[in-house]
Formats: sequence, structure tokens, C-alpha cells
Amino acid sequence: MRYSALKILREGLTGNKGWKPVWREPDPKPEYDIVIIGGGGHGLATAYYLAREFGMRNIAVLEKGWIGSGNIGRNTTIIRSNYMLPGNEPFYEMSLKLWEGLEQDFNYNAMVSQRSILNLFHTDAQRDAFVRRANAMFLAGADAELATTEQLRAELPFLDYENARFPIKGGLFQRRGGTVRHDAVAWGYARGADERGVDIIQNCEVTGFDIENGKCRGVQTSRGAIRARKVAVCVAGSSGRVMAQAGMRLPIESHVLQAFVTEGLKPVLPGVITFGAGHFYVSQSDKGGLVFGGDIDGYNSYAQRGNLPVVEDVAEGGMAIMPMIGRARLLRSWGGIMDMSMDGSPFIDKTDIDGLYFNGGWCYGGFKATPASGMCYAHLLAKDTPHPVATQMRLDRFRRGNLIDEKGQGNQPNLH
Amino acid sequence: MIINHPLLGPRDAAEFVYLGDASLIERPDWQADDAAEAFHAYGYLRDNPAGKHAELWYHEQGDRSWLVVTRDTTTHEITSVEMARDVARAKGRSK
Repeated sequence: MRYSALKILREGLTGNKGWKPVWREPDPKPEYDIVIIGGGGHGLATAYYLAREFGMRNIAVLEKGWIGSGNIGRNTTIIRSNYMLPGNEPFYEMSLKLWEGLEQDFNYNAMVSQRSILNLFHTDAQRDAFVRRANAMFLAGADAELATTEQLRAELPFLDYENARFPIKGGLFQRRGGTVRHDAVAWGYARGADERGVDIIQNCEVTGFDIENGKCRGVQTSRGAIRARKVAVCVAGSSGRVMAQAGMRLPIESHVLQAFVTEGLKPVLPGVITFGAGHFYVSQSDKGGLVFGGDIDGYNSYAQRGNLPVVEDVAEGGMAIMPMIGRARLLRSWGGIMDMSMDGSPFIDKTDIDGLYFNGGWCYGGFKATPASGMCYAHLLAKDTPHPVATQMRLDRFRRGNLIDEKGQGNQPNLH
Repeated sequence: MIINHPLLGPRDAAEFVYLGDASLIERPDWQADDAAEAFHAYGYLRDNPAGKHAELWYHEQGDRSWLVVTRDTTTHEITSVEMARDVARAKGRSK
């Protein structure tokens, strides 16, 4: 079924009785070419691109709960490619380009809105660092634009430019950044994969790996054993738990990140704005709520809920740059579990076990990476070589000393 | 979270800085034959369990002692708090 304006009109006139479920609910077959563990954004995107780009159809996506119930449904929906290092920036720029064509590509309204992202800076040194970052972005074909305070005052008059401690000295725009309707991304990829014959199997928890003589031959699940030529793990947030079943320790700690939404307000924020002196980022959803977040809580957690000191810290960050939001009431908050890697960058790689592949370590930047992560993981699974933009996202990079440490924090996951 | 400091009593977790898995106490022998491999595992690989987790917290806003806190990562419940010094000495370390 293709969506079109004509279809909506016809259904509207006939009582909307013609809509059908957009993906099947098949029982697992005993064997697949590729089994993807994790029906989140990255897993569904991987299945979609395997089918569309590489012509593979005999694929299952196994999901413990319902698809999109993990971090694809628990994020702040921001897309951007304002990274710096050569191991990262071309990958995220490819992701942003895929976002730009995504809705036409999978014929689903994901509400991709390139409303811009602005990183504020507050000191001369920070401006220099952002100029360097902007140049690194240009090298990868991304857009960047340095804005003076005069420009910002005209465009965003509500920011606190004269803050005594953190006066705003300017900002780095990426106009092509923005927000996306996060759940629709999972649904769009699921529908596209299902149309091409991928089995999406929900309520199917993986309970173990069948590993013989160093080769992975399938998985044990709550719905029986499933054999596979290749098993692709894609469960960011639970990577430690799942890979422990294969006897692997990872360069990852699981941490909780909180996010917040206020009551609906009239349109006030044109795009995404981030604070340069603390950690605070905010955008306004199409329903009007301010969606914002800050730092992770900072201790290992699988609890999907955080503590109050971080709530206070995030609120202080918000008040420091835009005091006008002080009267807005918080409607809800939630916590998501992040794979915090040892250098703040992700992994898309084979493991030491033949036939077992790993995608994870996205820290709190996994959402924007969804299309490129799916494309690069599909490339790795189909061809057994890394995609050209993901050659450095290897599990053994710490052993080789080839870290991709954007923040220069070293192996301290809660600082990335 | 409240951390029940063995010397100072219950203190807010916001007074502490978190380092990570308490296995960081057990630094590998740098002269061993497998030192490179052992230090890679020590520096970069983690058990990252869902459940009981022994971890190092530093009382930066207090007496600046290191603690080994045993906490459940699925509920945040803290079941024991020890001085890291005592834990290290029990493992045969001099300090």
C-alpha cells in the first residue's frame, strides 16, 4: 500500500475502513540468512537497507518487546552532523543526507524538519574551537555557519546574552539540522522492510547464542531456536546484557539519560538550541511542548529512570540561556539507557566470533545516526567489509590506540 | 540516591564523583608477559552487569575518601558501602 493524498481523501470519504496493518506478524521460521537482534531504529533500518540496497530478503528482526519500544521511542529527536573527527563526520553527514531523502525513499511521513541547530559559544576559545569544527564539517561536505551576537539577537531575541557568568558570544549554526518524528522512523523502516519480505518478529527475546567452534550458527529465543548464517546484534542500551550471553565483554558502560517535555506552548523556538557552557539542548515539538535534556546521570544504570540532581542541573542550564522558559511547567520526564562507549563513539563491526556482528556504543547520539547506521551495518553484513564512512568504528580500536574521542575525555564513559 | 558513608553516615550521591567498576582497584602487573593485553582489558573492557555492581565513588564534596559501593543497576538500590582502602588491603594491596 502506498500512501498518497488521493488515498487519504478516498479513505476520508469512505469512513477510513480501508487501512490495513502496515506490517505482518509472522511466526519465526527455523532458519534465516540473517537474524537481526533488536527491532529498534537501527535494527529496522539495517533490515530495510539489506533488502533494498543489497537484495537480501531472507531476514528476521527479533524484538523482545514491540518494535520501537527502546531508544527510538525515548530520545529528543534531533538530527545533525556537526561532528569533527574524520572517523565520525563523514558518517554523520551521510546520515543527514539520508534523512533528507528518507520520506520519499520509504514513502512514510517521518516529519523530517530541517529547522536548524545552533550551538552557542560563550568564550573566545570556544569560538575558535567552533570555527575549527565548522571547517572540519566543510571538509566532509556538511554546512556550517558562524553567527555573531548581532545576528543571533535579531533571530533569537529571547536568549540571555548578558548573563554575567556565561554571556553569549555567538553560535555555530547547522541549518540542515533539525528534528524528526522519532516513532515514525521505526514504523517507516518496519513497513519498508516488511514489504520486501523481512520477517519482523515481536515479543521474541533472545536468550542465548548457538556458538560452535568459534562460529555463531543461530540464536535461542523465547519462541524457539532460530538458525542463521549471520547474527547481527543491534540492541544499544542492552548491549552488555546481550553480548554477555556470547561471552563477550565490551568497551561499553550502560548509563541513564533523562529527557523532559513541558506543557504545550505557542511556537517560540524556531530550531534546536544548545548551551555551550553547560549541557542543555532544547527544541519545540510540533505539538508545542519544549523537548530538552542535558547530561547523563553519570553512574551505571539499566533502570530507565534517573535522579533529581540531574533534573535540577538541566533546569539550571535552561534558565541560564533562556530565562523565559522558567514559567513553563514540566509535563513529563523519562530515562533511556545509553551504551556509553570508552571514547564516546560507536561500533559497527564483526566480532571475534565468526558470523556474529555487533552494532552499538551510540552513547546519546544514536537517533541522528539511524539511517547511516542501518546502511553501514547492512553493508558490513552483506559484503563483510566496512562501509567507507564507517571504517574506524571498530571494536579493537582501543587495542590499536585509534580512539575516536570527539571530546578528548579518554576512557571515562560518563564524561562523554 | 543516598550513599551511607562508613565514616560520615548517609550522604547525598550528588556530593560524590563516580569512577566506575570497582575492579579498577586491581591494576594489572606491568611486568607480566601479558601486560599489554591485561591493560587493554583493565582500561577499556567492562562487565557492565544488569544487577549487583560494585563500583568506585569518590567523596569529592566531603572527606575525599574513595568508597566501594555495591548497587543494583536495575533498581539503584545500594546494599553495601565500604572504604575502598579496606577493600584494597583485603586484596593484599599495601594501600
